[in-house]
Amino acid sequence: MDGAIRFEAVTKTFGAIRAVESLDFVAPFGAVTVLLGPNGAGKTTTVRLTTGALKSDRGSIEVLGLHPKIDGDEIRMRTGVVPPKPAFYDQLTGWENLKFAARIFAASESSALDAAERFDISDALQQEVGGYSTGMRTRLALARALIHDPEVLLLDEPTAGLDPESARNVLALIRELATKGRSIVLCTHLLHEAEGIADHVVLMNEGHAQAAGPPLELATRYIPDPIVLFDAENRPALNQLSELDGVIGISWNGGVHATVKDLERLPDLVNSLVQGGARLTRVEPLVPTLEELYFEMQRSHRSPDE
Amino acid sequence: MKWNHVSAVAGADLRRLFKSKDYWIPLVMMASLFFVVIPFISLSVITSLEQSQFVDQVTQIVGQLPESVIESVAGSTPTARASYVVAVFLLAPIAIIVPLTISAAVGSNAIVGERERGTGEYLAHSPLTTSEIYVGKLISSLVPGYLATIVGFSIYAIVVNLTVGPALGGWFFPTSGWLMLILWVIPPFIAVALALILRLSARVRSAAAAQQASSLVTLPVIILSYTVSAGVIASPGLSGFYIGAIAWVVAIVLIVSSAKKLQRERLLGVSSEA
Repeated sequence: MDGAIRFEAVTKTFGAIRAVESLDFVAPFGAVTVLLGPNGAGKTTTVRLTTGALKSDRGSIEVLGLHPKIDGDEIRMRTGVVPPKPAFYDQLTGWENLKFAARIFAASESSALDAAERFDISDALQQEVGGYSTGMRTRLALARALIHDPEVLLLDEPTAGLDPESARNVLALIRELATKGRSIVLCTHLLHEAEGIADHVVLMNEGHAQAAGPPLELATRYIPDPIVLFDAENRPALNQLSELDGVIGISWNGGVHATVKDLERLPDLVNSLVQGGARLTRVEPLVPTLEELYFEMQRSHRSPDE
Repeated sequence: MKWNHVSAVAGADLRRLFKSKDYWIPLVMMASLFFVVIPFISLSVITSLEQSQFVDQVTQIVGQLPESVIESVAGSTPTARASYVVAVFLLAPIAIIVPLTISAAVGSNAIVGERERGTGEYLAHSPLTTSEIYVGKLISSLVPGYLATIVGFSIYAIVVNLTVGPALGGWFFPTSGWLMLILWVIPPFIAVALALILRLSARVRSAAAAQQASSLVTLPVIILSYTVSAGVIASPGLSGFYIGAIAWVVAIVLIVSSAKKLQRERLLGVSSEA
């Protein structure tokens, strides 16, 4: 598969610590790839390796068809990064910080202003950044990362410190950028943040990718049996589901979540329930959330024999 | 190397420094003390003395110097000659101490400071080459010290001419030796010290450690450059030019080799070598 970013068997160690080990993944062009994993999973190191800020010990990395160890300057010119804790020259104003970024990325001052307006930070540009709130700093960091209209955007926990409305705006902007053909890598440990925005998920843990792919594909792989939500006016009547042919198991959670062998049996199940006296109010095949998928993948990797 | 990038790095640093009162108020105070207060007091006292043990001692010392140096000492009375010697020869260290101290304070924090603030992460992900970052930092460390020297030296010249000039029949300062020192010899000595200090700044783990380590570099360079300065002031001709030229060559070699050695990882605070 062609990808904006491709990691093949990449390893990076710091002394005795293996930050990234045999990491393989592909971030497709024009898509939002979410690096999902707990703190210390190697997400930040992966971002640093992508731009060539760090050099890998082993393995191959390609970014836009270029190699960070050889073409690092060009990759960095075509990439925008928002680090996990955005830092600025605090004695300088927001505008001075943006102008500095514009100079090193050969961008115009008007594009710096546009980026500031996009993140609703233009009113504060004449203030020294030292007086900015965490949210303002994050918005300035996002503006700074987009100042040169990068082809690849690497966002490491970009909504940290943002209020819910700003966080939602940022996620909407990420989606918008992807639709415009930008390739985006979003590092997060927040499952709700990744939900709905990820075109591609890389589940990271202890420096390597446990699983990677589009969420639906991963769902099929890790939760192969469909789940259907049943609800009824007379809920006890739903208990009969566990005895019906084609039902693997049930659990109660605001109705019955029934794991079935395949969805083609659903009409038969509905028919059987109705004949058994159930007055159904809801029958809905469920798409697993990223959270369910994440925990299922973690469980699966912890206990490969299960 | 793109000079636009270098000037962006240096410009951001200089703007930041000059916006920080905590930085430039001590700088102005130190430069004032060494270039104005101490010279003014000491020269005023000497020129007001008709004859003293100190003047006699200076006269004896001058008498033992080489003929060429003795001939360069102006003044018709012992007091005037002693004032000249103090103004021109004995206060030479200020031209070295002030820029080196100021530049070392900035330079020691230059790279480790980026790392401690977190701004090094941004630089590491930027298209700036490590050489551009290094040279930008070198310039932003050199400029405050050298600027303080130029301004301070100009004020020093006025103080010297106003206090000692009347006894010597008019304005006599700066001498050719001092001009050569300030314009040709001092800059490469600062650059040599900074090239080493920036190298240390990239390697140490904290700004405090960098400042400690920088004194290891600064002190020998001050001693060496003071010795050289005294020679240049005494005989500024071709020998002064050669001393400056050698210092420039050493500085350039050190800067180029240090710039090449700076690793991008050092800006992040992580290194495989750590």
